[in-house]
Amino acid sequence: MTDKASLEPNPIVELLRAADERVIAIASEFRGELTLVLPPEQLSRAAQLLRAEPGLQFDFLSDISAVDRFPIDPRFEVNYHLLSLPLRQTLRLRVWLPGKNPVLSTVIPIWPTANWHEREIFDLFGIRFEGHPDLHRILMPDDWEGYPLRKDYPVEGFRA
Amino acid sequence: MTTTVETAAGAAQTMVLNMGPQHPSTHGVLRVVLELDGETVVKARPEIGYLHTGIEKSCEALTYSQAITLTDRIDYLAPLSNNLGYCLAVEKLLGLEVPKRAQYIRVLLTEMTRLNSHLIWLGTHAMDLGATSVMLYCFREREEILKIFEMVSGQRMMTSYFRIGGLALEPPPGWLERVRHFIDMFPSRLEEYENLLTRNRIWLMRTVGIGILEAKDAIALGVSGPMLRAAGVAYDVRKFFPYSSYEEFSFDIPTRTECDSYARYLVRVAEMRESLKIVRQAMDKIPPDGPIRAEAPGIIPPQREKMKTEMEALIYHFKIFTEGFAPPPGEVYQRVESPRGEVGYFIVSDGSPKPYRVKVRAPSFVNLQALPKLAEGGLVADLIACIGTTDIVLGEVDR
Repeated sequence: MTDKASLEPNPIVELLRAADERVIAIASEFRGELTLVLPPEQLSRAAQLLRAEPGLQFDFLSDISAVDRFPIDPRFEVNYHLLSLPLRQTLRLRVWLPGKNPVLSTVIPIWPTANWHEREIFDLFGIRFEGHPDLHRILMPDDWEGYPLRKDYPVEGFRA
Repeated sequence: MTTTVETAAGAAQTMVLNMGPQHPSTHGVLRVVLELDGETVVKARPEIGYLHTGIEKSCEALTYSQAITLTDRIDYLAPLSNNLGYCLAVEKLLGLEVPKRAQYIRVLLTEMTRLNSHLIWLGTHAMDLGATSVMLYCFREREEILKIFEMVSGQRMMTSYFRIGGLALEPPPGWLERVRHFIDMFPSRLEEYENLLTRNRIWLMRTVGIGILEAKDAIALGVSGPMLRAAGVAYDVRKFFPYSSYEEFSFDIPTRTECDSYARYLVRVAEMRESLKIVRQAMDKIPPDGPIRAEAPGIIPPQREKMKTEMEALIYHFKIFTEGFAPPPGEVYQRVESPRGEVGYFIVSDGSPKPYRVKVRAPSFVNLQALPKLAEGGLVADLIACIGTTDIVLGEVDR
């Protein structure tokens, strides 16, 4: 929402593009935090580069969090909060997903910690992760209907 | 929370056993589905969600100030660490600078929280492994910390003492003497626990070489806090990304390289000593008087005195408590070091007085994911040591 696409070259974007020129990323900054917005189909490739490139080395995935922007479409944003332990830098990676059939490829092969985070997002937002080995609800009961953190889900739940 | 478990291939005679959710050593309502070959754990699968209360969803229906009370309840053993993470995130969103005096008091109290949480961890972990007396001693000292919390905030556990822009109340006179008395007494108490455990043969047998988690796996699994530092990685948010003036304090980050339960025990005990150092420095730094809240009309409630003489102050007071305040649209992710590791608050604002989304990166949730790595291949009895050494708080795991 607040992403102001900046045309100034960003060192992290430069490094990404130097490694693979097909990667498209728009960088923006708010309160000193850098956000890269990527098209969803490039997530896996960009994640691989971010993890492995010597100048990036984002080896620690702190968190994955989804946001529902209902009724705007694309409706969902998924944020990956990355940290590089050797270089002490942080980054937020963001992809936008449509409200209809939101699917994203998993990043478990790159950061195994994503397993439970992705399950949680599946559980609470209904976003599916392709290639996830064990995608089922984690916090809510298995027979729960609906996705509680979506904006069209009332806070007090659906009453019968 | 499924009940189906696929047994590992090739294991001829294994038994599936359900541990928890009601089990004294699971520290709450954790359920672990175990596949056992005799006494050996072939597969361990934590099943969580029994304490899910929808805190993130509830935050979206409250104003920014009201949501602070929910952050206490996420990690009920370290409420102030969570208060701090949330308040810092909102302050970052607002671009608000907190007065130094409030920052130092925040540091002092979060370090006391770390002591409080580590004491509970030590007491319960030791009790799980059969050393009941340690628990009694730890709770004795913890009681004194809770009394200090009660003195400043009026609450023993759900303190909600940190507010956006500063602190809720001016701390009462005499509270620093009480803190001083505690930290003068505490090092000798810490020695007592160490005398009971550090070279205790039974303790060594139960913890040395148990629950190995190497640095490579720990980083891959996103494990943070003492568990990561016991694997030799000196990642501590207080040093990496200092907040609340932590850069002005001198302290060390204890690390070990043995990667086992015993190393994690030693790291946590050493951390308690470091926390004492920080508390001592904070006591010297806290100025005797000065503001405890930032000056930001319309965001921070005005002082009582001003409300009696100034019209604007009265209007602001009314507006803050009826409507709340609206930060600019945007999103921030704020990390703090809680006793269990990296707590992250991701707050999205849409420019309304209620947070559009609050996501809590709970260290217990992430660290628990490493439990199979710790426990598989070991004995059932060692699983107890592994759960204890992970130091989970189920309120934080399930949120």
